[in-house]
Formats: sequence, C-alpha cells, structure tokens
Amino acid sequence: MPKYILTIGLEVHAQLTTRSKMFCGCPVEFGAEPNTLTCPTCLGLPGALPVLNEGAIEKTILTGMMLGCTTPPVVKWDRKNYFYPDMPKNYQITQFDLPLCLGGGVPLYDLAYPKDAQKTIANPGKVVKLTRIHLEEDVAKSTHHDKFTTIDFNRAGTPLMEIVSDPDIDSAEEAVAYLNSLRQILIYGGVSDADMEKGQMRADVNISVRPEGQKELGVKIELKNINSMSAIRRAIKAETERQIDVLEGRNPEKLVQSTRRWDDDAGVTTKMRDKEDSHDYRYFPDPDLIPLRTESLVTRIRPLVPELPHEKRARFESDYGCSAYDADVLASEKELAAYYEAAVAVNTQVPAKKLANWVINDLLGLLKDTEGGINACPVKPEALSELVAVVEAGKISNNQAKEVFAEMFANGGSASNIIKAKGFEQVSDTGALEAIVDQIIASNPEKVAEVKGGNEKAMNWFTGQAMKASQGKANPKIVTEIVRKKVLG
Amino acid sequence: MSLAASTISALRQRLASKEITPRDIVTDVAKAIEAQNATIGAYLSWDVEKALAEADKADLSQPLGGIPIGIKDNINVTGEPCTCGSKMLAENYKAPYDAGAITKLRGAGAVPFGRLNMDEFAMGSSTENSALGVTRNPRDLDRIPGGSSGGSAAAVAGNLAIATLGSDTGGSIRQPAAFCGCVGIKPTYGRVSRYGLVAFASSLDQIGPITKTVEDAAILLNHLCGKDLRDSTSLDVNVPDFTSGLGRDIKGLRVGLPKEYFISGIHAGVSARVNDAIKKLESLGAIPVEISLPHTDVGVSTYYIIAPAEASANLARFDGVRYGHRSSDAKDLMEHYMMSREEGFGPEVKRRILLGTYVLSSGYYDAYYIKAQRARTLIRQDFEKAFENVDVIVSPTSPAPAHKFGELKEDPLAAYLEDIFTIPVNLAGLPGISIPCGTAEEGGKQLPVGLQIIGRPLDEVTLLRVADAFEKA
Repeated sequence: MPKYILTIGLEVHAQLTTRSKMFCGCPVEFGAEPNTLTCPTCLGLPGALPVLNEGAIEKTILTGMMLGCTTPPVVKWDRKNYFYPDMPKNYQITQFDLPLCLGGGVPLYDLAYPKDAQKTIANPGKVVKLTRIHLEEDVAKSTHHDKFTTIDFNRAGTPLMEIVSDPDIDSAEEAVAYLNSLRQILIYGGVSDADMEKGQMRADVNISVRPEGQKELGVKIELKNINSMSAIRRAIKAETERQIDVLEGRNPEKLVQSTRRWDDDAGVTTKMRDKEDSHDYRYFPDPDLIPLRTESLVTRIRPLVPELPHEKRARFESDYGCSAYDADVLASEKELAAYYEAAVAVNTQVPAKKLANWVINDLLGLLKDTEGGINACPVKPEALSELVAVVEAGKISNNQAKEVFAEMFANGGSASNIIKAKGFEQVSDTGALEAIVDQIIASNPEKVAEVKGGNEKAMNWFTGQAMKASQGKANPKIVTEIVRKKVLG
Repeated sequence: MSLAASTISALRQRLASKEITPRDIVTDVAKAIEAQNATIGAYLSWDVEKALAEADKADLSQPLGGIPIGIKDNINVTGEPCTCGSKMLAENYKAPYDAGAITKLRGAGAVPFGRLNMDEFAMGSSTENSALGVTRNPRDLDRIPGGSSGGSAAAVAGNLAIATLGSDTGGSIRQPAAFCGCVGIKPTYGRVSRYGLVAFASSLDQIGPITKTVEDAAILLNHLCGKDLRDSTSLDVNVPDFTSGLGRDIKGLRVGLPKEYFISGIHAGVSARVNDAIKKLESLGAIPVEISLPHTDVGVSTYYIIAPAEASANLARFDGVRYGHRSSDAKDLMEHYMMSREEGFGPEVKRRILLGTYVLSSGYYDAYYIKAQRARTLIRQDFEKAFENVDVIVSPTSPAPAHKFGELKEDPLAAYLEDIFTIPVNLAGLPGISIPCGTAEEGGKQLPVGLQIIGRPLDEVTLLRVADAFEKA
C-alpha cells in the first residue's frame, strides 16, 4: 500500500473588532434584536452607497504586518456577483486582484497543536506561508425554519478579513496548530476576538491527497461548515480517509474538484457542488469605491505592531531564564504575559523563573474557574512578587506559601498581612532553634545512632520533629543545617 | 403668466416682495399638473398635501426657500415612491431616506414636489421604456420627450414644473432637454452626490437640473453640489458660485468644434441650427477652433459595455426578497429570483442586464470590459488634449430632433446611436449642458434643437457663462 501525502490550505474568515460595519455607520454588535442594526446601505436599498471603514483597513494592514505580509501601494475593492437571500445587494464587495496584504506566514507554536500531538510535532518551528489577506463584507444571517427562512441583516456588512494560506499544511494537527497560532496573533493585535464557536473566526479547508512520489497535487476538495477547532481535525481526518479510499478503489466515487459539507454529528463530508456548477462570480472593480493609496496608512500603522507571541517567548527564555514550555504558556496570552512581566518588574531580586512557576502552576490553576481570566485576577503582580520574595528568603515554607496564595486569591490582601494573620512567620532565630534541636537529640539517642550509621533519611526525621515542635514556624532550611551540624558533629 | 410657467429667479423676487407665497406656487403647479398631466404624462405621482405642508414651513430666507422642484423617479425622497419607471418598484417601495441631492435642496429651502416619469431604471432615450406610463413631448404630443429624464424635461417644457432634477448616464438630462426645448446640465462626475440616486451605471451617473433658463440651472446647481461623505466618488472640492459667470461677455473664449461631431447623417435642420449657433457665438467674440476627438467612433460601443456591466450588478439587488416585485408563483428560491425579475423588469432592462452579465463573464472580461476601460481612457485623453487649446467644446446635443413614438422601438442599436454626442462626456466625466438653439422642421412641425456645450472638468462656471451669453444674445 502506497503512502499518501496530505496537502491542506486554509481560508480563514475573521471578523474584525471594529465598532461599525465595513461600508456604513451601523454598529457591530451581537445579540441585538434582529434587523435593528441596519441602514439603507447594509440593507442594499436602491440608491444607497458604500463608504470604506478606515478602522477595518487599518486592522487588516496591522494583521498583515504581524504576519510579515506586504501591502501593495494601491489596493481596490471589487464586486463578486452571486444571488443569495443573505446578500443584500446580490454582490459582495471584496478584493479580487489588489488585496490589502500579500505573502507572509503564520509561525506555528508548539502549544497550538492538539494536546496529544504536542510531543510528536513533525516540523517544529514551521511557518505556514500565506497567499494573501483581503477585506470584505460579511453577509446576513439566515435561520432556516420548517417552511421558511428568516434573515437577520444585523450581521450584513460586518468587516471580514479573509486570510488565505498557501497549500502548505501537511496534517490535521498542523491545521489545528495553524488556526490556534493565527488566533493567538489576531488576539495579540487586538484585530479580532477570533472565537470559532461564536462564528468570529470561520475556516474553509482545501484538501488534497496524493500518493508519495507524485509531484503534482491531488484533486482539490473544499470543506465547508467547520464550526469548531476540534471539528476541523475530525473533518480533515474523515475527508483524508475518504479520499484515500477512493484512490484505492474501496470507495466507488471519483475525486473531482468540488465543495463538500462537513457534518460533524455524522462525521462525514457530503457533496455540495462540483466545479462545473461553480459560480462565475464576474468580478469587476466596484465603481462606488475609489482605489486606495496605502503608503501613508502603512507608515502610520507600522509602529502599532505589537511584540508577537514567538518574539515574547524568545525574550522570556533569554531574559528571564524561563523554560521553553513556561515561555510558551506565559506568552500564549498577551494579558498573561503582561501580568508576568509586571510581577517580574516589581522586585528584580525575586527570581523571574520562580515567578513563572507560581504563575503557571498556581495562578493559572485557580484562574481556570474564574470568570474574566487574568484580567480579573484578584492577586496583583505586586502581591505575588512579595509572596515569592518571602518564600525565597526562607521566611515561610512552601506549603505555607500556597496557603497564603489561596487566601490572597480568595480574599485579596498583601502577603505580609496574611502571613501575620495566619502566624506563619518562620523562626529563623538560630538560638531558639538550636535549643529545640538539642532537646530532640537528647531524648532520641537511637535516631542519632541511625544517622551516624549513615541513614540520611533519619536526618529528615529530626527536621520534621523540629518543625513540629515549633508548630511549623521553624525555617526548615535553618533547622536542617542545625541538625546536620549537631548530629554529625 | 401662471406661476408654474415662471422661473426660479422670477419667483424668488416675487416671494421676497411678499407678492406671492410658496403655497401659491405649489397650488399653481398642482393645478397645471392636474390640468395637463393626463396629456403630457410627465408625472407618475405627486402629493399636493405634503408639498403644501412643506411649502407652508419653507424658510424664505434660504436661497431656494419655497420653490417646488420636480424629482425624477429614481432619486429617493423620504416617504415617497421611487419607482424608477419600473414595475419592480411600483408596488411596494417607499423611500425611507432622502438622497444627498434632496438633503442639499431641502437645506436651501426647496420643496421636492412630484415624481417624474423616466425610462425604466434610466435605460433609454425616449421614456418609452417606462413601464408606468407614456410621457409626451409638450412641443409635439406625437413625439417622444427624449429620455431617460423625459418626465423631468416634459414637465419643465410643458410648464408643469418650475424646474426639475434629472439624472444623466449617457445623455439622459441633455437629450430630453434638447428635445423639449429646455436647459439641462450634467455636472462634472462627482460634483453632485449620487447617494440616493438609484444606480444605473455608477461610474457615469450624475444628477443635474432641467430648467427654463441658464440662470435657473446655475442657481439650482449652487444648491446641489458639494462633498457628501456618504458617496465616496463625490468630490471634495470647492463649490464656486455657478452664477458668477452669468452676464459676462465671452470675448476671446476659444470654442472647440470637434470635426468628428460635424458629420454627414446629422439631421439637416439640426446641422443648420448648430451652425447658426456657432456663428452667433463668434459674433459675441468667441473664437471657433476646429479640434479632433479621434476616439469618438468608439464612444457608443465603449458605453454599451461599461454601463450594462455596472448595471448588471447594480440591478441585482432587485430580487423581491426585501422589497420590490415578488412573484407569487415561485416554488423555490431559484424560481423566486427568476420569476420576480422576469415579471418585474421590462425588455430594455433585461437586454442590458444580459449584455452586462455577458461582458463580465469569465473568458470575455478581458476582451470586453478591460478593452472598454482602455477605450474610455483614450476618450478622456482626447478631451484633455482638446482642452489644452479650447475653453469649451460645442456640438449638437443629439443628431436629430425628437422622433415619433415607436419609431426606434424595434431598433435598439439605432436608438443607442442617438447618444453619440452625449455619451463621450459621461465617459470622460466632464460637465455638459444642452441649451435651446432654435428649431428644426420635421414632419411639418418645428421641433426644438439643442446645442451641447462641454466644459473642462469642474469648469461649469465657464460652461454656464457661454450658455448664458448665447441665451441672452
């Protein structure tokens, strides 16, 4: 049986976070009463005209810059003609041959792969090449009822960015990583909320399979109706198997260029249309909109490009001594990274690596069940820094620190106040500790013999006893030192 | 003289002296409509009560305060029909908003009054393509008024309106003005907002006035032009006082005579009147200069690719989903589209949608649309070059006077050629005006002849200055 090579290209539609629609002043809002956020332009009334939303153009150019695209000096908008009830004008204003962004790529982050695939990444550090990004208007939302369909034009005209990748993705897992990485960058730039479940990001998948050794790509099949990150992996797997089955004759269908619909419940793709029935969209330049010179926009937007996740990650590793994994986690969200850096900045004496551990192991664990994520975190970076500083100075034990942290998370407050209230201040006064240890040694000669006999573990017994005698307030480090000194002499 | 037969400038004086009120004017115009519209057919609808209410509230301190203006039925006025002369919009569409031009007019105190007949969706040059009624030329009721703004011109010529608005895509203001013996100006593309003008061909459409005098055209233009943020193609340029050139002489102005426009095949009477007009301009001190517009011959064919291409998309929105005619017999979505549009559109509209769809189709786009755009550039460059040597260009507005009903109905190609002198002006985005220059005999009748004057981009002032000097001489 020959091996097969899978080739995938993605067309991602991302809704931009603009206040108003692409070609009119209507607000972009979700959940409003149907057909209340409309005007003559987005309803396609006779005589209404489109006007470009500059904010949407800026966000698209910013996206292009984040992804290393170039912006042509002149861009324009075109009409894509086809009839459908969700399309008010029966043409969509989009960009055909002079889009806002060309080229570029999406770097894939390890943590962006599905969890079970993170250990077996085929091409670590891969950058998936992009073809283009263009800006267009969304259509209205159709709801199909039993005997009729209703249309809500609130969504009609919402700015939509279409990000088209090259056929440069090799597996379902890589496709997931691509979408997650892209999503992370879009959120970083504040250009889109990019939530697939909310329809803010939608992906069409172009997929083809060819036997190993064959140069030219296999027959391209487009998959539509993929509505979640997990569905995309299932859809690609199912379609790949189907295509291989056809190639090997187990499935009597033929592979022809076509569009198929993913049915996530049934786990199968079904044919929507062949290439032969595909539309002739009759693109032509929209005479209602004037081509746009981009030079001044590009100059203005360039400084707005934020540090990207992979750049942040590299800096966290080199500047803060984070492990690759820790850096990945901390950089995964702009706000989380900002929180971490704020905590690091409070007191440079506190080891950044230790702070990373606290953020990842403790803070994120508690945040999981908290509404609002890191932005709503009750533990301020200053409080965390103080707590870690106290732990590092050996003033409280690790277990005590966790208790303090839990209290801080639940009710706020500074580390020192909570430590005081809980009576956690460690006894570091060596005189007092020596007295305690002396007493334990005196009453347990057999344990002393064990230690002297070479049983290191018995040493811990002494420390434990001293901790107990001090009601947990003893500084375990100092106790261990005293025990070592006194028992071994 | 009835008020309806008067001009804006004359009425403004009588309003200022409190001799008359805006209510008097609207009442008089309404009377004229009720008396004659059954014959002329210029109006499709008119709401006297609404106009009277607005007239009573008119701010007379405004430059057009209390003046009723008839509106071509493809320009949206809140609460009024906007049929575009089509069954498609005749049943259930009431405009929910004011067009940019209407906002401007209202701002100057004018009262939009009455909806004027037109070729369906402005496609035609006789108004015979209206699905909603026949409009007759007041100068000869057996003849067409021209088009597509036939109702706008007939209303002015028949004294059923003080002045009107039309729209001009390939001559639709100038040609009916010429046929009916009025003044009609198509401003520079981008001068007047297209927001609220139901689009035929977006890169060519322009709203303009049809009036009884050049002065009225200048006055109206003063209150139509200016940047509208809702129309990206409207120009953000200074709006001059368009009356500023009126009453000035035209000594030394260079008047271009394109040799390609003075050709055989032009109606003898038209030719004679235009030659008389040129002599008159010369006698006023203007200097005639022969010029060449070498790409004139491709104007009509270029237009009949670009305009239908844009129209095929512009008219796609008329699908009976949100508004407009909806077939009651459709069994599924495809039938809904096909039958609603089949029933709603007339033959000329269908012809142009098909033509436009064809030239944009994959495999034909380069051969037709792209080539036409190149030709358009050449035509524009012809004018640019010509205007290096002349201040205005004159020509007949139309090669012949108004024809009888039905004469060109079976021969769309011949009808298309009627626009040979007006189309290049739209393709080049230039301002053009048609003014009466006498009459020509045809079928025993004296029919109006129009003189077209074409100006440099944004130079309506010079255009109006020449037109005014000619009119007054």
